[in-house]
Amino acid sequence: MTVLQKKDTSPIAHLTEEDIENLGKELDAIRQEVIDTRGERDAAYIRKVIATQRKLELGSRAVLLFSLFPPAWLVGTAGLSVAKILENMEIGHNVMHGQWDWMRDPKIHSTTWEWDNASPSEQWKHSHNELHHTYTNVIGRDNDLGYGIMRVDEDQRWHPFYLGQPLWNFVNACFFEYGIAAYDLELGRNLRSKKRRQSPEFRARAKQVLRKIRGQVTKDYVLHPVLSGPSFLHTIGANATANLVRNLWTHSVIMCGHFPEGVETFERRSIEGETRGEWYLRQMLGSANISGGKAMHIMTGNLSYQIEHHLFPDLPSNRYQEIAPRIRDLFERYGLTYTSGPLPKQVGSAWKKVIRLSLPNEFGQKASARVLSIARPIKQADAAQDSDRESAA
Amino acid sequence: MATTVQTPAPARSTTSLRDRALRLAERVTTPLLPADYLDLFSPLHSGADLRGRIVGLYPETRDAVTVAIKPGRGWRPHTPGQYIRIGVDVNGVRHWRAYSLTSPLDRPDGLITVTVKAIPDGVVSNHLVRRATVGTLIQLDQAQGEFVLPSERPERVLFVTAGSGITPVMGMLRNAVHELADVVLVHSAPTADDVIFSRELQQLAKERRIRLVEKHTETDGMLDITELVELVPDYADRQTWACGPVGLLDALGDHWEARGIADRLHVERFRPTVLVTGEGGTVRFSRSETVLEADGATPLLDAGESAGVLMPSGCRMGICFGCVVPLREGAVRDLRNGEVTTAAPGDGVLIQTCVSAAAGTCDIDL
Repeated sequence: MTVLQKKDTSPIAHLTEEDIENLGKELDAIRQEVIDTRGERDAAYIRKVIATQRKLELGSRAVLLFSLFPPAWLVGTAGLSVAKILENMEIGHNVMHGQWDWMRDPKIHSTTWEWDNASPSEQWKHSHNELHHTYTNVIGRDNDLGYGIMRVDEDQRWHPFYLGQPLWNFVNACFFEYGIAAYDLELGRNLRSKKRRQSPEFRARAKQVLRKIRGQVTKDYVLHPVLSGPSFLHTIGANATANLVRNLWTHSVIMCGHFPEGVETFERRSIEGETRGEWYLRQMLGSANISGGKAMHIMTGNLSYQIEHHLFPDLPSNRYQEIAPRIRDLFERYGLTYTSGPLPKQVGSAWKKVIRLSLPNEFGQKASARVLSIARPIKQADAAQDSDRESAA
Repeated sequence: MATTVQTPAPARSTTSLRDRALRLAERVTTPLLPADYLDLFSPLHSGADLRGRIVGLYPETRDAVTVAIKPGRGWRPHTPGQYIRIGVDVNGVRHWRAYSLTSPLDRPDGLITVTVKAIPDGVVSNHLVRRATVGTLIQLDQAQGEFVLPSERPERVLFVTAGSGITPVMGMLRNAVHELADVVLVHSAPTADDVIFSRELQQLAKERRIRLVEKHTETDGMLDITELVELVPDYADRQTWACGPVGLLDALGDHWEARGIADRLHVERFRPTVLVTGEGGTVRFSRSETVLEADGATPLLDAGESAGVLMPSGCRMGICFGCVVPLREGAVRDLRNGEVTTAAPGDGVLIQTCVSAAAGTCDIDL
């Protein structure tokens, strides 16, 4: 994709300033309606999810005390993987967004929550809530676009380093929680110069991350294995597997949010003096949904409703599904494209982009043109054969 | 707390086995605390945040109910006359209110009770009187308050109460009436049917343990000082405890002051001072000792920053929650929808400063 402002046919050219203002008003109205009806039902929902997740984790870890036995290993690992995914996605991510702050329960609050992840919540909240959600898909401002290690847009300048990005992306997926921690710490930028390396602020933050990682590693790879006694090694394996599954899953879900084809990016200058309506519009065009059933939505932390989430990042996650039909209707009425697709398709689309953009723009175009020029005669030949067959029949 | 608390390392010699076990358990459950898991099965366990379970709801009048609560293991016995703060989830939102304890200390079942009267537009009182159900978990705080009898019981006592103002006095009577030789209770309520604990008070009067003067204001008119003086001529020789509406308490205060016997009057105020929720107000950042005047359109974040307060901030548009701080007391207006959030002392309601403006006097914990 190319930043929206440089496209030959802009997908928003048909909207007047007034349209965009009205769009903003309509979205504000939907937002207010949800806020006005927030209540007991929503509170019961998040409490139930949290209780379920904790019981599942406790149960799975209890089963893993006997992970020496293959069935116990399988059941425990599967349960723990699901528990960790729920904890990170439907609970941690959303609580830290402040989606449940209105309940005024200090135990389910964005300012007190700490999640089962290598990155300390405080640092994650800054890089995610503040930078990514404010500057969504603005080249040069939103570091989530490729996390600083990948090129995911034609308008990001190519560098030979990006040749390896399919590999970087895979490695990042496997160790995603550490990738997030390094990213929240802006490790690449901060390690580059001596001055930044030695700044007390960076050192304090790095220490905070190391402390968090030490706690996480001690829990998963020392204490629980020791508690398992003879199942020591099996429990290490189980916990590593659960962490890997969680990492691969969350990485895939997050790639689906902003990388698939159809998602727009924006020029740095384009957000100067941006109105509320324009901000909404950018969120609508800069995000993509994942279609699927109830389990899919819960396991993605309702980030399968990425568009709705980006419009209203602080509304309770259980409400995204409810407002989705109205948001989709809004897209239609304003002549915009609601990007959505099943998980395999969206993951595939995002990976294709990562691979394609590992090469310079012209190279990719030329290569695909060449492939097409080779493929076309073959296709034509096939078609000719087919018609021969038909006429023969 | 949902986070692992960094406990300061105690001196080696005092590190007990229990502390060490606890710290090990915390490492096993990090980033949560062991209590977060225990809460799933036993929310009233010792060491948990203080909570209670509603185990009984007993109507007293048409708009008052006694709530029997089984407190958590951490509950410490109160002194009669004291109140507790309870946190009740009403429509998903936690609200804290203070209610006087009315239970005897020596209940064999260990329950405590508060008696709640529904006040017009009272979110919590109406919920407790009309909608609360047995089995509900509520948040508790330890008992507090100075509205208590001294351990050396005074010889002669006067209680002046009105409406639900009877509740702390009932707490005292149930626990100490046998230790008080001479008690006069002057109680006001709109009608006889509105008198909370009516039967119990009549019984005490019948047994001559107290002299009861009931005033039904709908027929008898409001109690004033002249009448009180006539009813209890020796009031100046008595230690007086009074609880009721602000007007009554102010009148008593003035009179006792004028007579030079203010030290013999003890009052308990129930209703918080009404907040002025107009536009703008005086904002106090208590920790940085900064006071400023803010108008009703300026976000508190901007107001604080321009006064040099080190404000946490983020997106400045109400989505990232990077600017959330506790409002210790006061009222703020959400600039996005005009909604007003209020906080009474001790509430510490968390607000987003980037989209909140002062709607009256505010005290911010920063």
